[in-house]
Amino acid sequence: MPAPAALLFQAATAKLISLSPVDVAIIVLYFAMVLGIGFYLKRFSGTGEDFFLAGREMTAWIAGLSFVAANLGSLEMMGWAASAYQYGILATHWYWIGAIPAMLFLGLIMMPFYYISKTHSVPGYLKLRFGEPARALSAITFGFMTVLMSGVNMYAMAIVLKVILGWDINFSVWVSSLTVAVYVVLGGLRSAIFNEVLQFFLIWLGAIVTSVVGLIEAGGWSGMVQRIHANFPAQDYTHLWSGLGSFRSNPMGIHWTGIVFGLGCVISFGYWTTDFLVVQRVLTARDIRSAKMAPIIGAAFKICIPFIVILPGLLGLAVLPEHLVAASQATGNLHSYNEVLPLMLARYCGPGLLGLGITALIAGFMSGMAGNVSAFTTVWTYDIYRALINKNATDRHYVNMGRWTTVIGVLVSIGTAYMVMQSASIMDYVQALFSIFIAPLFGTVILGMLWKRTTGPAGFWGLLCGTASSFGMWLWVKIDPSALRYIALSPHAKVMAEDMYRALWSWLICVIVTVVISLLTKPMVEAELEGLVYGCTKLPSEGHLRLYQRPIFWASAVAALFVALNIIFW
Amino acid sequence: MVEGKGLISIWFFIGVLLLVYGIIILSAGIYHAFHPPAHPVVLANLHAAIWWGAFVLLMGAFYTYRFFPRKNK
Repeated sequence: MPAPAALLFQAATAKLISLSPVDVAIIVLYFAMVLGIGFYLKRFSGTGEDFFLAGREMTAWIAGLSFVAANLGSLEMMGWAASAYQYGILATHWYWIGAIPAMLFLGLIMMPFYYISKTHSVPGYLKLRFGEPARALSAITFGFMTVLMSGVNMYAMAIVLKVILGWDINFSVWVSSLTVAVYVVLGGLRSAIFNEVLQFFLIWLGAIVTSVVGLIEAGGWSGMVQRIHANFPAQDYTHLWSGLGSFRSNPMGIHWTGIVFGLGCVISFGYWTTDFLVVQRVLTARDIRSAKMAPIIGAAFKICIPFIVILPGLLGLAVLPEHLVAASQATGNLHSYNEVLPLMLARYCGPGLLGLGITALIAGFMSGMAGNVSAFTTVWTYDIYRALINKNATDRHYVNMGRWTTVIGVLVSIGTAYMVMQSASIMDYVQALFSIFIAPLFGTVILGMLWKRTTGPAGFWGLLCGTASSFGMWLWVKIDPSALRYIALSPHAKVMAEDMYRALWSWLICVIVTVVISLLTKPMVEAELEGLVYGCTKLPSEGHLRLYQRPIFWASAVAALFVALNIIFW
Repeated sequence: MVEGKGLISIWFFIGVLLLVYGIIILSAGIYHAFHPPAHPVVLANLHAAIWWGAFVLLMGAFYTYRFFPRKNK
């Protein structure tokens, strides 16, 4: 790859740090490997099952690592490290209570229904359970959200590469996104999953050095806490729960009810159990036990990710000689919160390690984008194109449509990235998307899966009302920021709190509308619900498995670790 | 995973990349231990590139050997 290598080298010559030839070699090798995997896997992606569902033959480990990696975009790494600097250890809630219970719930309770129904997507499940209107609504909103998310991810990566290396934003966006397009077009979901597992390794190996060396410099955890208290005596940055008794006693301006009910019960369950971007990875598992184990394995790794994402932000509070500021105030020599991870990388990583760290950021971006693109491709092809436009084409036709959709999806994402550049805050934007679309969808899916009385029209209208109310609340606060006090129930609430409570209200509206309409409409025949609903589906017994082979055993172990960590960092 | 189709394991690809990365990072670490750069990073005396490069190299060697395609068949 001589041309891109030369471009990389030329581009990286000014700014925060510069790359050495060793670092450039590491980055170029990474691009060569992911493209090589794409070309290698092309021969294994001839059918729709292969291209869109990776042949449904992934082990629990591959599906589980891919499940987590698809969520680990550069936005995740850079954004949450920035949030850790801004809000302290509170940002960890998005990794623990905001993920672990939902992931375990997906593995133990929901995955059997997704898997037994043999659906190819979450909108596909809604079609089986509620009919075509619910699928169409879900597929269209998902497609919209996915493309926007992909653009956000792309923008985040381009910004970090510009800040740390001075690379031109256009260069970063186009080279990385076209690489993703090539390997997904060639190898489909299998290629995306293979690369996500590879990227997961690189993310860990590239990011962990900063945390380890940073802890050594700070004098361990207790030394870091002492330094943070000395540097920022007015705020509590190091306790997970003890500052959440009121909106004013923590840097995030949120109450524990928002974290527990908004984030822990609605947003996280909505994202981890119904967002097809992540659920698609688990649907590729080779059997139902693997499908149940994959989210549990993912949860075990997810619980550790704060070590490479949150800890660098906290270390930044402790050891950086300067105080970072909001992006809107970052002029001249002032750096913004978003730059904390690059600054920490530059602080500790010399030639070679720096290349690995930058590769971790690029890998994070590409895994996130590949996740968005492959999920969008499947939903567009199966749930919109085949369902609404061309129902009777051949399997080969749909595979070709999938390849073209991948290219178009990437191009639309690139366009979205340029639009996002006008947005003031990346994370606020993403949170808004989550609560607008994901929270009501979770209400619809969970009622459909666990309550057989839920009817088709109720599923559709509940989802529509929940989504519309969520959008309405978001618009209300946009037009009149003082409306936040009504949404979040406090005049002291800040932006993050708004997202939590908006999600909670829209979920409740979805559930109430669905329940009321269900009770007013004719119940569905139980035979039609077999394989889709709890109580109407015969689930495979796990009695023949040894204790350590059962998903419930490992889920309990992860749950125990989750509880222990929350108590330790209370 | 998909052995029947003759698919090379993803762990092998990971092993190869990590092996090469380990060699590069370890070599760079050793070189800079003897030729320190003009502006060293914080805690450069820990020589993180050497121990981390060695770890990545060993990890890559293990995965490459364990999942080498001929051994899988």
